[in-house]
Amino acid sequence: MTQVEGERRSASGVLAPERLRELYAQMLLIRRFEEKVEERFRAGELPGFLHVAIGQEAVACGVCAALEPDDVIGSTHRAHAHTIAKGTPVDAVMAEMYGKVEGCSGGFGGSMHLYDVARGNLGANAVVGGGLPAMVGAALAFKMRGEPRVAVPFFGDGATNTGAFHESMNLAQLWQLPVVFVLENNGWAESTPAAQQLPLAVEDMEHRALAYDMTHWEVDGQDVEAVYAAMRDAREHVVGGRGPVFLNARTFRFTGHYVGDPQVYRDKDEVRGLMESHDPIELLRARLGLSDEDAEALDAAATAEVEASVELAQAGTDPAPEDALKWVYAEGSMEPDGA
Amino acid sequence: MPEITYREAVRDGLSQLMRRDERIFIMGEDIAEMGGSMGVTQGMLAEFGPERVRNTPISEIAIVGAGIGAAMQGMLPIVEIMYEDFLTISMEQIVNQAAKHRTMSGGQLKVPLTIRTQGGAGWSPGAQHAQQLESWFVHVPGLKVVFASTPEDVRGLLWSSVYDPNPVLFFEHRTLYPIKGEVPDQLAPIPLGTARVHREGSDVTVVATGRLVHESLQAAEEAEKDGISVEVVDPRTLSPLDTESIVASVRKTTRCVTAHEAVVQGGFGAELAAVVQHGAFDWLDAPVERVGAKFAPLPFAPVMEEYAIPHAADVLEAIRRTVARA
Repeated sequence: MTQVEGERRSASGVLAPERLRELYAQMLLIRRFEEKVEERFRAGELPGFLHVAIGQEAVACGVCAALEPDDVIGSTHRAHAHTIAKGTPVDAVMAEMYGKVEGCSGGFGGSMHLYDVARGNLGANAVVGGGLPAMVGAALAFKMRGEPRVAVPFFGDGATNTGAFHESMNLAQLWQLPVVFVLENNGWAESTPAAQQLPLAVEDMEHRALAYDMTHWEVDGQDVEAVYAAMRDAREHVVGGRGPVFLNARTFRFTGHYVGDPQVYRDKDEVRGLMESHDPIELLRARLGLSDEDAEALDAAATAEVEASVELAQAGTDPAPEDALKWVYAEGSMEPDGA
Repeated sequence: MPEITYREAVRDGLSQLMRRDERIFIMGEDIAEMGGSMGVTQGMLAEFGPERVRNTPISEIAIVGAGIGAAMQGMLPIVEIMYEDFLTISMEQIVNQAAKHRTMSGGQLKVPLTIRTQGGAGWSPGAQHAQQLESWFVHVPGLKVVFASTPEDVRGLLWSSVYDPNPVLFFEHRTLYPIKGEVPDQLAPIPLGTARVHREGSDVTVVATGRLVHESLQAAEEAEKDGISVEVVDPRTLSPLDTESIVASVRKTTRCVTAHEAVVQGGFGAELAAVVQHGAFDWLDAPVERVGAKFAPLPFAPVMEEYAIPHAADVLEAIRRTVARA
């Protein structure tokens, strides 16, 4: 299968059924995780505030499944799905929601700053577009050292209005860096619809890449297999030294911008309709032809894993208050023989 | 000890670092063929090639941001922001990204990035090419801030900044590039957070940065003629600050003047005054005097610029005011 520019890609038969089943289980795990953090947040158990990616799981899972362990991602304020998809155990993500030492950022980050550097997650960024330039820099390091690695920033259509996005696209293309820009094109910038924040139709977002003469591919972001296939090809393209790729994944956010968002700006029937017709988990279930029994067993496993993570997090270790100052500065020296 | 200019000292520091360590590279606007708008990187393209001496587009967000990402991945980038006025464009990357990754990641990441920049008035650049904005960055935990005033210091501090595991804002002063000074034969790293006493004295301490170190030394010569003995201290690193040396000096002299080219209001002198009043309250014989630019965007016409920014005469006046109080 060859990717064609300007053609939205769907796919089936790319992945072995067993692998697809794993992705189904992963998407389900993320869905149950996010439903659970919504619940615990509403119960007043979680500090701060949260953004869930319910409806967008196939983009996170399809992209991360196509990456090699040394590849890096940069996430957004809507970070749970990316982080779990890149391999961070649910226990560590849940513990971070509770601000515990066992959290993937040691309780220093919270929902919007999930990091797992050992697994290639360079961090979730809460400034829209703000994380993109560093991903270009990571790719620059890979290229300068001749390493076959790729840097993958996730961002939404709202971020494509920022200067950071445009400067990142421009520099990555100019220097032909191994970056795959993954646009989670859900048509919303918080509460503001595409029509009020984009000079382009949601369907025409490839123009963001055309402006920089960058290779752009469109993919159905509700089809995890299609996302996987597109990302795998994109990875091959950029690691082969052919410049960055703009991967435009059309997707849908089934929830509000943040947990507790009453969504006064959105038609409830439209959301209900999207959930019925565009749920990436249901779509994959149909493709896999899972029996009710099979699906229920997978669901029970995901639910149990999430429940266990809550229990662990609730019983987790609170940081000492004075740990607040622990990581302000790194110690030692970067001298070749330094500490 | 050879005598070289401040400009040559920066270039020599950069070149010695890059000869020694493949992880180090420089990028910024016009730094390659042109050798930088201040001529600091002249000749470096020929020695190190375009991979390590990288001309960038006019993209201050991406210049700093790409430096952050490369630093997180084990490189030691030195990025140049042509004028510190343009730091405003990359402010988000510096303040929200570079400074915070280490804490937000719970200690998983380091950002060993050096951001070189320069500024300063005295040549009628107008309001957008001469600001002194160093104090802004002192307010941000996670950043280090260096401001060197001599060839020896600029070279030794550059070395320590590049090998520091944290993001460092490295301020150079435009009008200091041509000044000459002796430097050690062998590059001697100067630890961050150590002040330098340029001149010992017993009546007044002037804590000065950048160009005002030289203006203060001139003022001290003048004061000497009136029998006032002035100690001139350059903190060199504004964050972390060598409070111990500054407080010790003021305890000895009992009077303090702060001097920088930046505007007085909210300037670094305010921080110095706070440090001094707290650390030397019982020793002080006069209120701390602050010298800096008048509170206005810098005008173009030389007579107005001259009026707006501080000179040796302003420092001298402040010295006399503190002495008169006793």
